[in-house]
Amino acid sequence: MGRLREFADARELMVNLTLRELRSKYKKSVLGWTWSMLNPLSTMIIFTVVFSFFLKVKPSIGHPSGLDSFAMFLLCGLLPWNFFSGGMTVGVDCLIGNSNLIKKVYFPREVIIISTVAALFVSFMIEMGVLTAALLVVGNMVLPWLPIVFMLMLIEGAFVLGIGLLLSTFNVYFRDVKHLIVIMSNALFYSMPIVYPISVVPVHAHILGVKVPFRMLYSLNPLVRMVNSFRAALYDLKWPAFNDVAYMAIWAVGLCVVGLWMFQKFERRIAEEL
Amino acid sequence: MSEPAILVENVSKMYRLYKERNDSLKAAMLRGGRAKYDEFWALKDISFEVPQGSTFAMIGENGSGKSTLLKCLARILVPEKGKITTRGKISALLELGAGFHTELSGRDNVYLNASILGLSKKQVDKVFDEIVEFSGLEQFIDSPVKLYSSGMYVRLGFAVAINVDPDILLIDEILAVGDAEFQIKCVEKINELKSRGKTIAIVTHALGSIRNLCDEAALLEHGELRRVGKVTELIDEYMLDVFTDRIRDGDAGQGQRWGTGEAQIEEFEILDTAGQPAKQIRTGDPVTIRLHYNAHERIEQPVFGLAIHRLDGAEVCGPNTREGDTIPDEIRGKGYVDFHVEHMPLVPGTYDLSASLYNFTLSHAYDHRQRAYRFDVEPGTPHAEFGLLALPGTWQFS
Repeated sequence: MGRLREFADARELMVNLTLRELRSKYKKSVLGWTWSMLNPLSTMIIFTVVFSFFLKVKPSIGHPSGLDSFAMFLLCGLLPWNFFSGGMTVGVDCLIGNSNLIKKVYFPREVIIISTVAALFVSFMIEMGVLTAALLVVGNMVLPWLPIVFMLMLIEGAFVLGIGLLLSTFNVYFRDVKHLIVIMSNALFYSMPIVYPISVVPVHAHILGVKVPFRMLYSLNPLVRMVNSFRAALYDLKWPAFNDVAYMAIWAVGLCVVGLWMFQKFERRIAEEL
Repeated sequence: MSEPAILVENVSKMYRLYKERNDSLKAAMLRGGRAKYDEFWALKDISFEVPQGSTFAMIGENGSGKSTLLKCLARILVPEKGKITTRGKISALLELGAGFHTELSGRDNVYLNASILGLSKKQVDKVFDEIVEFSGLEQFIDSPVKLYSSGMYVRLGFAVAINVDPDILLIDEILAVGDAEFQIKCVEKINELKSRGKTIAIVTHALGSIRNLCDEAALLEHGELRRVGKVTELIDEYMLDVFTDRIRDGDAGQGQRWGTGEAQIEEFEILDTAGQPAKQIRTGDPVTIRLHYNAHERIEQPVFGLAIHRLDGAEVCGPNTREGDTIPDEIRGKGYVDFHVEHMPLVPGTYDLSASLYNFTLSHAYDHRQRAYRFDVEPGTPHAEFGLLALPGTWQFS
C-alpha cells in the first residue's frame, strides 16, 4: 500500500499543480477569468439565436418550476457538457504537455491528470455559480437543489477523470487519439439533449423495417442521463431520476477503475515514450 | 552495519528502438497492433550498493548507461528486470528548473517546484528565504520566470532542489552550471549535505571534481558494470582506459597528432642537470625538457610549444618560445630545443606532455603531438600534495 501513501504525500502537489493550471490559464489575457464566463455566454447566444429563433426548437417547460426559457434550458445542459468536453481535450494532452516534468522528476503520474481535471472542475464550479445566479434572476429557486447539483458535479468529475486517464495514456502511444476526439466530441454533442429536449427523440423507430427501441438505445449514453439529471435539478426543480444518477455513478466508478488500471499498466514506459 | 541507502540488484533496462513507430492508430492497425522494434539493453545486470552517508559517483563514457542508471534510481524509468531499493527521500537534480512555469513568478515557482520535489507548503515556508538567498535572486523573485536569464533559471532550480533536504540526492552533470562563484556555492552545499550524513549519487564526466568529492564510484561500460570501488582507483583505471591508444611512460607518442609535416618533432626527452635522461623527476628538481625536431625544409620563425596536462584533462601550463621571446630566424634539418625548469613545480602525480611546432602567428601547425609523452612526478622538496603546483614559498611565524 506504498502507493496509497504516495498519493497522500502528493496531496499538496495536486493542489499546487491545479493552482498552476488555473493561474496560468488566463495569464496575459486582459479579461482574465471573465473568459471563463464569456465562452459559455457566447455559445449560449449563438445557440439561442440558431435553435430557438431560427429553428424554433421549443424547450421543455420546467415541471414543476414552470420555467420556459431556451437560454436557461440550454445552459443547464451546456455547462456540464463543456466540463466534459474540456476534460477530453485538455486531458488527452496533459501528459504530453507535462513531458518535461515527467522525464525529469518522479511523482505519482496520476497527479497530473487529477490536477488537470481538478482545475477544470474549479472553472465548472464558477460557471455553475453564475448559472445559479441567472436562474434565481429568472425566478427559479434553485438554492435548495444545489447540494444535489454538487453531487452530480462530483459524479461527472469522476467520470471525466476516468476518461482523462484513458485518453491521456492512449495519446502517449497513439498521437492521433487527439484528432479522433475532435470528431467524437462533435458527434457526442448532438447525440445528447443539450440543444433540444429529449422529447423530440422518438421512442421507437423503424430502421430497415425493424422496430427499434430508439430512445432506450439513445439513453444508453451515460452523458444523456447526466444532462437529464442536471436539468431536472436546475431547470425543473425536481429530484433527478434515481436510475439516471445510479447509471452515471456506475459508469463513473467503472471508468475510474479501468482508467487507473490502464494508466498503471502503461505508466512504466511513459517517460520513454514521451 | 546499517542498511545501504541505495541497493541495486540485478537491474537491467531495455529501450525500444522503433524501426517504424506506431505513432498513429492507422499504422498500428496495419501492423496488427505491434510496432517493430529492436531491443537495446542500456543496462545489463547491474548490482551494487551505496552505503548510507557516502558519496557515490557513476562514471563511464557516453552511452555507457550511467544516466539511464541514475534515472532508474530516481524512479523516472522503471527497469525491466531487477530491483532498486532506496531508503529515505530522494531528490533528483536531473534538470534544474524542470516544471518551472514561465508565466508564473519566481516565488510561485519555488513553491510549485518544491512541492513537485515533495515538500509541503509549511516546509517551503521555512526554507523559502534560504532558497532565495542561495539563488541570489532576491530582487527578481516576484518577476515571472520567463524574464530570467538561463543562468538565473538554473540557479533558482538548483537552490530549490538542494534545499529540499533529501536523504538521497541524485545529481546529473549539473555541477557545471552557473558562474564560478555559484559553482563554488554548489560544491560547498554538497559538501555540507555530505557532512550531515546524506547520501549523494553523481553522474559526471568532470573527473577532477569528483576525486575530492566522492568516496566510491561505479565504472560503467556499454551498459555493464565494470567495477565498483574507491573513486581514485577507478578514475585512474578509467583514464587508462580512455587513453589506451597511447603508450605509457615516455615512448614516442601515439596520442593525437596533426600538422602539415614540413617540420616534425621527433623525440621528447626529460633531462636532469647532468644532461642525462632523468630516471626520476621529483618536485623541486631542476629538469630540462628537450624536443628533437627535424625540419625537412626551411621554416622561418618557428614557434615551439609545450603543454602539460593532468590525467583528468586539466591543462597545467603551456609555455612556448614566442612567449619566451626566443625565436630563431629559421630552422633547417635536425636540431633540438631545450626548456629549462629550475625547480619542477608540479605536485606528485602523473602528467602528460604535449609538444607543438607552429608558424609565428600560431595559425599553421607543422606538427602537433597532443599528450604524447607521459611522465610521473615523485614527492620531493618542497613537500606538496594538494592542488596543482608546489608554490616555492616558506612558512614563518611572527
